[in-house]
Amino acid sequence: MASDSPSSPLIPPDTRRVVLGFQDAEDMKEDLEVPDLPTEPVPLNMGPSHPAMHGTVRMVLEVEGERISSADIQVGYLHRCFEKESEHATWTQIFPYTDRLNYISPMLNNVGYAMAVEKLLGITNEIPERAQFIRVIVGEVSRITDHLTCLGASAMELGAFTVFLYALKAREWLFELLEETCGARLTSSYLRIGGVSYDLPPGFDAKLRDILERTRVVISDIGKLLDRNRIFRDRMDGIGIITQADALAYGITGPVGRSTGLAYDVRKDHPYLVYDRFDFDVPVGSVGDNFDRYAVRVEEMYQSMRILDQALEKLPAGPVIVSDPRIALPPKTETYNSIEGMIAHFKIIMDGIHVPAGEAYQYTEAGNGELGYYIVSDGTGRPWKCRVRPPCFPATAVLGKVLPGLFIADVVPTFGMINMIGGECDR
Amino acid sequence: MSQAVLDRLAARFTGGELVATGSQHGDEWARTRRDTWLSVATFLRDDPTTKMEMFIDLTAVDRFGRLGPGMVGTDPPRFDVVLHVYSVSLKHRLRLYVGVPEEDPSVDSLVPVWAGADWFEREAYDLYGVRFKGHPDLRRILMYPEFVGHPLRKDYPKEKRQPLVRRHVGGND
Repeated sequence: MASDSPSSPLIPPDTRRVVLGFQDAEDMKEDLEVPDLPTEPVPLNMGPSHPAMHGTVRMVLEVEGERISSADIQVGYLHRCFEKESEHATWTQIFPYTDRLNYISPMLNNVGYAMAVEKLLGITNEIPERAQFIRVIVGEVSRITDHLTCLGASAMELGAFTVFLYALKAREWLFELLEETCGARLTSSYLRIGGVSYDLPPGFDAKLRDILERTRVVISDIGKLLDRNRIFRDRMDGIGIITQADALAYGITGPVGRSTGLAYDVRKDHPYLVYDRFDFDVPVGSVGDNFDRYAVRVEEMYQSMRILDQALEKLPAGPVIVSDPRIALPPKTETYNSIEGMIAHFKIIMDGIHVPAGEAYQYTEAGNGELGYYIVSDGTGRPWKCRVRPPCFPATAVLGKVLPGLFIADVVPTFGMINMIGGECDR
Repeated sequence: MSQAVLDRLAARFTGGELVATGSQHGDEWARTRRDTWLSVATFLRDDPTTKMEMFIDLTAVDRFGRLGPGMVGTDPPRFDVVLHVYSVSLKHRLRLYVGVPEEDPSVDSLVPVWAGADWFEREAYDLYGVRFKGHPDLRRILMYPEFVGHPLRKDYPKEKRQPLVRRHVGGND
């Protein structure tokens, strides 16, 4: 392997051309002019039991030689009846189900759901400020874990195992911090309607700052391993291009949508919680290929860290949940020592929070884009309908249009960069 | 802010195409007739004052005898198909309802308007049994093809089990 030092004769000043392999393509021109051998279409099954399909999606490809001529993407292998179960659960009992939608950023799903119910209750403006800041903090930490998992897993599928270990190392630091906050790494169920379940643990501030410092180093190391890596770039550059028109028509948001140059970020365009108080940028791509999606995700992690720094700076003191006894559980000392506390506790647990009849659609920016909750209430303690609009569902749908024309080997990085999460896509 | 969209719709569709419009919790909604579902959706996408170029969500609701927003009468249609669309350039959104009766649960497909409606309509068909006329490939998407019934209908019991048993032809099961 050629070393990276400037003295190496193998690396001319115009390194980009070498890294991207353009010069070699020139050399191979003669090979490319060999007429194609006759082929016939062959059906090829990828998944659901394929290491790069994350165990949950099946692609029925039709290939002619190495090229894909048509692709039928079949989802649903992880369908766990989220909606049907929700219709039989109280409003609070749905939180654990939302954890299991996008299970690499569960806090963001908690936030979206809590805000949807609060919209219907009409208490959006009454959420204590500290609770809103905590929601932003745990949400942005989750966004970083989401992107780290996506990048690490995709890089591993392309052979870069070191990147995977680095990314998971940093993810583990963040998960340990979340575990300290809410008691679980993935199945957090940390939020409650009206606030969060309990305050941040002592010393959270210093620990998070320290972890962010170390995570910055890890992300920069990942960049050093991948950004100019010939194998990585060859499989990412110009592969799996999604046009902006397709992103709009399919409803693709989040990093995948932004990679096409579509500067739509719910946090910026329709600020919720306290996002309007932070200074951050929305990175967009220009081509909409795999590398743009990778680059957008890397930059988003840095922007999330910027938000976290500011949020820790401004974090106010105060309560973390509304005081309304019809919405928030009473403190345990009240529950066990007073009849009022006991009754309030019993009513919320057995009967559920009574949400006024009506319908609301609440959208937030999750790891994969616009996560929407469309909820219908008939005025009882259980939802009439609790629909989640999964951001990676349309992004997976577009694969049927993007894959034809690519090589079989291109399926793996393209699918990886969509970041299809079975739990969220199939619900 | 999206009141402007409702005003524009009301000005354009004066022949009873719009059954009702309203706003709840800051979400603007409109209800259209079944035969004008496709034309209202196309108008929403193409008109320069609405410009809903981004498809967001499509689902169905089983009203089961209850009145949905803007529904009138004693015999309301059983299902509502609910569409959410958004305008990236003008930053407004709208929810559009259409009532679909139980005896003929069908409505025009929106795939020609927004390509992304494809999978969402398959899901609504799969889980609620609403048929979308003109859909290119209306198959089940989340449930398996052999599944009987539509699980999100209110009359489908939550505890009902339908294990998928494949019997081998000539096998000794």
